Amino acid sequence: MPWLLLLLPLIAAAANQLYLKRNAFIASMLSVASVAATFAISLMLLGKENAVAPLNWIAIGGFEIEIGLKLDQLATGMMVVVTGVGLLVHVFSLAYMADDSAKARFFTCLSLFMFSMTGIVLASNFIMTFMFWELVGLSSYLLIGHWYQRESAADAAKKAFITNRVGDFGFMIGILMLWGITGTLNFDDMKVPAGISTGVLGAALLCVFCGAVGKSAQMPLHVWLPDAMEGPTPVSALIHAATMVAAGVYMLFRLQLSIGSDAFDNFAGDTIAIVGGITALCAALMATQQNDIKRILAYSTLSQLGYMIMAVGLLAGEAGMFHLFTHAWFKALLFLGSGAVIHACHHQQDIWQMGGLLKKMPITGFTFLIGFLALIAVPGTAGFFSKEQILEAAHHHDRLSWLFWVAATVALLTPFYMTRLFAVAFLGKQRSKDADHAHEVGPLMFLPLLILAVLGLIAGYPFIAEKLAPAYEKPAHLFHFSGLVPITSVVAVLVGLVAGLVVYLGKERDPISVPLFRDRFRIDAFYDGVLVRYLQDAFAAIVHFFDEFLISGLIVGGSARIAEGFGGLFRRVQGGNLQGYAFAFGIGVILVIYFTAF
Amino acid sequence: MASLHDYLLVSGLLFAIGLAGVVLRRNIIVMFMCLELMLSAANLTLVAFSRFNGMNGLPDYNGQMLVFFVITVAAAEVSVGLAIIVALYRARQTIHTDDLNSLKG
Amino acid sequence: MPLALFWFFAAVMLIGGLAVVSLRNPVASALSMVASFVGLAGLFIGLNAFFVGIIQILVYAGAIMVLFIFIIMLLDLKTEEKRAPKLAPALGGLGIVLAFTIQLIGVLSQTPNKSHEPLDLVAASASMAGRSEGIASKLKAGHLPDVNLIGDTLFNGYNFPLQIIGVLLLVSTIGVVVLSKRQAA
Repeated sequence: MPWLLLLLPLIAAAANQLYLKRNAFIASMLSVASVAATFAISLMLLGKENAVAPLNWIAIGGFEIEIGLKLDQLATGMMVVVTGVGLLVHVFSLAYMADDSAKARFFTCLSLFMFSMTGIVLASNFIMTFMFWELVGLSSYLLIGHWYQRESAADAAKKAFITNRVGDFGFMIGILMLWGITGTLNFDDMKVPAGISTGVLGAALLCVFCGAVGKSAQMPLHVWLPDAMEGPTPVSALIHAATMVAAGVYMLFRLQLSIGSDAFDNFAGDTIAIVGGITALCAALMATQQNDIKRILAYSTLSQLGYMIMAVGLLAGEAGMFHLFTHAWFKALLFLGSGAVIHACHHQQDIWQMGGLLKKMPITGFTFLIGFLALIAVPGTAGFFSKEQILEAAHHHDRLSWLFWVAATVALLTPFYMTRLFAVAFLGKQRSKDADHAHEVGPLMFLPLLILAVLGLIAGYPFIAEKLAPAYEKPAHLFHFSGLVPITSVVAVLVGLVAGLVVYLGKERDPISVPLFRDRFRIDAFYDGVLVRYLQDAFAAIVHFFDEFLISGLIVGGSARIAEGFGGLFRRVQGGNLQGYAFAFGIGVILVIYFTAF
Repeated sequence: MASLHDYLLVSGLLFAIGLAGVVLRRNIIVMFMCLELMLSAANLTLVAFSRFNGMNGLPDYNGQMLVFFVITVAAAEVSVGLAIIVALYRARQTIHTDDLNSLKG
Repeated sequence: MPLALFWFFAAVMLIGGLAVVSLRNPVASALSMVASFVGLAGLFIGLNAFFVGIIQILVYAGAIMVLFIFIIMLLDLKTEEKRAPKLAPALGGLGIVLAFTIQLIGVLSQTPNKSHEPLDLVAASASMAGRSEGIASKLKAGHLPDVNLIGDTLFNGYNFPLQIIGVLLLVSTIGVVVLSKRQAA
C-alpha cells in the first residue's frame, strides 16, 4: 500500500497527459481523487513503523541503487503535510482555475508535482532523493510557466530552473562526496567512519546544503522564489510556500538524522545556520517594501525558510521541522487567501489598489487574519510554538548565540510587514474599482481556507503536533513567559504590530520608501547585470563556436559537402550520354574478359 | 568444314561490329539495331557450342533452347523499346542522342 | 556445310553488319540488317540448327525488321544530316572494338579448337528409342528431325520457362499499348 502513495499521483498525471487533455473536468477530478486517496493513505500510515521491501534498481559491481520507501515518523508526518496541503490546494484550484483554458495541463502538472514530492519525502536513499529533487524542479518549472504566453512567467520559470541547477550541481557533488565518505547512499546505513577529517565531512555537508540553498531559496540563490509568484496562486501556495521549498529543510534534517547531528557540529552547521539567519533577516527587510501581495508573502516565505534552515544548522532540526509543519498550514492559508483576494479583485495584485477587503470578503478576510496572526507568532497560534523553539535553540547555541538577535529582529520585522499588508489591503477604504467590485468567493475556495485557518490555530498544540508533525519535541511549558527568549519574542511581536498599525493604518500611499529594500538589495540587478550578462555572453560565445564551427561547419556542413562532392562526381558519370554509357559498358566487358580468360 | 574457332571468330566480329555501332552512332534506332546484332552474335556462339559439344551424336539442344528464349525476349524488348522511342519522339521531336541531354547536370 | 559456303554466309553477315553501322539512312541500315540476319540464318543452318535458322528469318528478318521499318516510316526519319564528328568518342569506341577483337583472338588462340564432326544419327536413334519412337525411326532413316527434337526438349525440359516467357510477351504487349497511347491532354 505505501507504493500507492507514489503510484496514484503518477497514474493521475499520466492519464491526464495521455488521455484526458481535452477533458479538463475529468482530468481535474482524477487529480483531486488521487491526492485525496494519498492523503487517506498517509493518515493510515501515520505513526506506524512500516518496513517496505525495497526494489533493486541498479547493481554495478558492489554498488547498488535501490528504490525503497522510508516510512518513519518524519516521512509520514511530512506526507500528511504534503498531501493535506495538496488536497486543499487541489480543491481550491478547482474554483481558482475554473475558467483557465489549460486546466487539464495544470492538473497534470499538479499530479506530477505530488508524485515527485512524495518521492522526495519517502526516498530511502540519496539517488532517489536527487531524482525526485529534479522532478519537483521540473514540475515547479512547468507550473510557474503555466501562463507561458506571458513573457514574465516564461522568464520566471526559466530563472527558477536555472537557479536550481546551480544549487543542484553542488548537491550532486555533495551526494558523491558523501558516498565516498560513508560508502553508501542509503539513509539507513549512513555512518561516518572514524578518522574522517572535519574539513572533508564539512565540505560534503556544505555541498549537499547547496542543493537546499537552491531548492529552499536561501541567499544567494533566493532570487527565483519571488519571481516564481508569476505562477497561478494555488501553485504558489502548494509548491512555493508549503512543500517544495521546504524540501531542502526536510532533506537536511533527514541527513542529520541518518549520519547523526554530531557531523554537523562544526563549521558546516555554523555556515548553514548563518546563511539561514542572513536569509531570514534580508528577506524580511525586502518584504517591508514590496507592493505585490504575493511578493510580500514570497519574501515572508524566504524569511521563514531561513528560520528553518537556521534551526537545522543550529542542530535543532526538530524545531526546524516543527516550524516547517506549522508554517506549511498558515502559509498555504495566506497564499490561498491572497489567491482568493486576487481572484475577487480581477487579478489585481498591488496592495495599494486594494483596501477595505475585510468588509467585502469577511470569510477570506478573517481566515487571512488568522494566518497573519500565526505567521507573526502571536502567543496561542501555531506559529508561536514553533518559532519559540527556534529562538530557544539560537539562544542556547554556544558559538552562534548572536543569531538569536538576528532571529529576534526578524520576529520584529515580520509583524511589521505583515501588518502593513493587512492594514493596507484589508482595512481602510477601497482604493480602486477592482477592490470596490470584490465579493466573497465561493465555497470551493473558502472551505480550504477555513480548514487551513483551524489548523493554523491549533497545529502547534501538543495534541496535534505529537501525532502529525514530522518531528516534535514537547516543551516543558506551553506558555512560559519568563526568561529572555519568550519576553523578547512577545515584545518584538507587539512592537512590530503597533509600529505597523501606526505607520500604515488608513494611509493612501506608502509613507516609507527605502529603495535598497524595494530593489531587493540590488541582488537581482547584480545577477542580471554582471553574472548573466558576462557569464552568459562568454558561455554563449563558446557554445556558438561549437555550434558554428564544429557542428554546423564540420559535421553538418562537412557531411553535406562530402555528399555534394560525390554527387558532383557521379553527376559527371550520369551525364545522360548514351554513348558514354555504352563506352563504359564496353570497358566493363573487356575487363571481365581480361580477368576471366587471362 | 568450318571449325569451332571459325564460328566463334565470326560471331565475335559481329559482336564487335554491334558494339562499335552502339558506341559510334547517334541515331537511337540504329543503336537499337546494333544491340540486336550483338544479341544475334551471342546466339551464333550458343548454336556453335551446341553443335560442337553434341551428346549421343546429336547437338546439345539445351543451347538452342537458350537461343529460342533470347529471340523471344529480344522480340519483346524491341517492341517495348520501339514504343519508348515513339513516345520519346512525340515528346522531343528527335531521336538523336546528342539532343537527349536533359539528365545532364 | 562446305567451307566456301560458310565464308560466304559469314561475309554476308559481317558486311551486312558493317553496313548497318556505317550507312546514314536508317532505312538502308534496316535493310542491311535483314541481309546480315539472312547470313546468320545460313550459318545456323550450316550448324544443323534448322529450326533456329528459320526462326531467325521469320522473327528477326520478318517481324522485328518490319517493326523497325514501320517505326522509321512512322517517324518519317530522313537521312541523318552530317554533324561534326566528335573525335574523342569515336576514337574511344574504335579503341574498345579493337581491344575486344584482340582479346577475342587471344582467347581463341588459347582455347582448344574442335573440328566439324558429322552427326552420328544411328547412335542418336538408339538413345532416343526409349523416349520417342517417331524421332527414333526418323533418325534411323538418316534424317535429323530438328523440330521434333526441339519440341521434345522445350516441352519436357523447359515447360515452365516457356509459360513465363509467354507471360513476358503478354506484359510487353500491354506495356507497348500503354506507352504508345496518346496521353489525354
